[in-house]
Amino acid sequence: MSDTATTTGRAPSVYVPSAEALATVLAPGERPPRPSALSASLTFGWRALLKIKHVPEQLFDVTAFPIIMVLMFTYLFGGALADSPRDYLQFFLPGIMVTSVVMITMYTGVGLNTDIEKGVFDRFRTLPVWRPSALVGMIFGDLLRYVLAAVVILGVGLVLGFRPDGGLIGVAAGIGLLVVFSFAFSWVWTFFGLILRSEKSVMGVSMMVLFPLTFLSNVFVEPSTMPGWLQAFVKVNPITHLVAAVRSAMAGSTDPSNTMWLLLWSAGFVVVFGTLTMYRYNRR
Amino acid sequence: MSKRTTGLAVEAEGLTRSFGETRALAGMDLSVPAGTVYGLLGPNGAGKTTAVRVLATLLRPDGGRARVFGHDVVAEADKVRARVSLTGQYASIDEDLTGVENLILLGRLLGLRKPAARQRADQLLAAFGLTDAGGRQVKKYSGGMRRRIDIAASILNTPDLLFLDEPTTGLDPRSRNQVWEIVRAVVAHGTTVLLTTQYLDEADQLAGRIAVVDHGRVIAEGTPGELKSSVGSGTVHLRLRDAGQRPEAEKVVRAALGVPVQLEPDPVALTARVGGEGSDLAASEQAARALADLARAGIVVDDFSLGQPSLDEVFLALTDHPAVPDDERDEQLEAAR
Repeated sequence: MSDTATTTGRAPSVYVPSAEALATVLAPGERPPRPSALSASLTFGWRALLKIKHVPEQLFDVTAFPIIMVLMFTYLFGGALADSPRDYLQFFLPGIMVTSVVMITMYTGVGLNTDIEKGVFDRFRTLPVWRPSALVGMIFGDLLRYVLAAVVILGVGLVLGFRPDGGLIGVAAGIGLLVVFSFAFSWVWTFFGLILRSEKSVMGVSMMVLFPLTFLSNVFVEPSTMPGWLQAFVKVNPITHLVAAVRSAMAGSTDPSNTMWLLLWSAGFVVVFGTLTMYRYNRR
Repeated sequence: MSKRTTGLAVEAEGLTRSFGETRALAGMDLSVPAGTVYGLLGPNGAGKTTAVRVLATLLRPDGGRARVFGHDVVAEADKVRARVSLTGQYASIDEDLTGVENLILLGRLLGLRKPAARQRADQLLAAFGLTDAGGRQVKKYSGGMRRRIDIAASILNTPDLLFLDEPTTGLDPRSRNQVWEIVRAVVAHGTTVLLTTQYLDEADQLAGRIAVVDHGRVIAEGTPGELKSSVGSGTVHLRLRDAGQRPEAEKVVRAALGVPVQLEPDPVALTARVGGEGSDLAASEQAARALADLARAGIVVDDFSLGQPSLDEVFLALTDHPAVPDDERDEQLEAAR
């Protein structure tokens, strides 16, 4: 590296590995104790926040998309299905909030798919930490996006004339239920994000699942207006339970039956798809 | 300390792993002494990366077994992970984050508290000449800086075994020298390094022992000296002024060196291997003799060089085929990842 001598003062100084400097960082120190599962997950959550900080464009789908959804459906269906968009909104806003946030969960799968194509997951997977923490932390970061989307929709709703009887507490409880479900549902997408080849195919599969799931529910209209066979599906659809529970919470009442079903579905998603995800994650 | 530098860091027997139709590992055996740099040398698609991924617990082998510091890579993966680090072929660093953030993130994941992680990050950045770049996103780093932050991340916990998968591929000569210096410092402090490379001179510069890998198995193993003497320690390349003198030149060189002379596609070029097993003269002496004989015969040599055998030549000598990068195979392996 004799050329270092010829660099002028203006050029950036050339790095010359110095034995002494390397010696200080290579001295084997005490290994700190392994971090707890929660601490490791939160650290990965911090990574997700840093990514939002550095790539803020990724918040587009949790802001612009929900606003478009609310405006579009309120004015498209409002006149036909209720006396006015404003009346329809009282019924519809919790539903569109659920639809938008549940649709956003698919980006967890898309994000994981692109993330894992880069080498950084190789490093994460060679770390001696609780195995699911990288994925749990990633979803922690996504929870922030879900809350943000819900709040944006609520804001647009309030401007358009949504007046929830449940007040602040009811609305917060509704968003809480929605976030719990979305956390659980995200594990479906981590699984698909791991088994599918490209982010395009993850998107494709997500759409195929999400459209029927959100539209064949009580989000847009009362199920009593549908044919019997469709009602049968709508009745067991987890989105129906979620929307019913969120609606009552925001209206200031409780709906124990639907809330219970919703929590059971959530637990089911975590157990089944969480397990499948970790199986794939370990086998890759 | 003795635990870190004695015994075997890696023992692998009969490792196999297929991706669909492609056999990436076809019964690979390895034993890597602790405290040394060990080189896996081979072209693209030879199975080097797959071997490293199995040993680093990223991939399960279909058959065979491997132990790292006595721990089975499948059954005791967590114990292995506590002692190894991997710098992959593609940046094993989050490119959206800054250098400091990456190092703090890893420090935290290895159990350091925030102030300690921060301090360790600053120390590493200073030692790797990245202090000024620490606040920038890694995607804005040059190739050499990226490699350095990647290696810095890998030694954050001073691992006992460091995997470096093609650490200098795509780097300019200066950055490559920097990486070499770092590798030497790392091994001097007791960390075993297992590195894969396509370049014989890199393995020669760094490694105490080399395994030559082809089609998923080790076809030769030994110190660089042993390998080279089995192949010939150097190659003489000659370019003549006049293509018409080449038949004459071939005769002269063959007589001077006592080895077969290869005629290159370029009509004025010829090459010959020197310093092989049967010769008691140094390669440079043999080459000098050939040059002198050519001058005496009135043959004008425009260009002369004495180089190490290329990976291609090593392969040609060890197998019956040259080290063509098997890109098709490589792509299949990539796709199967």
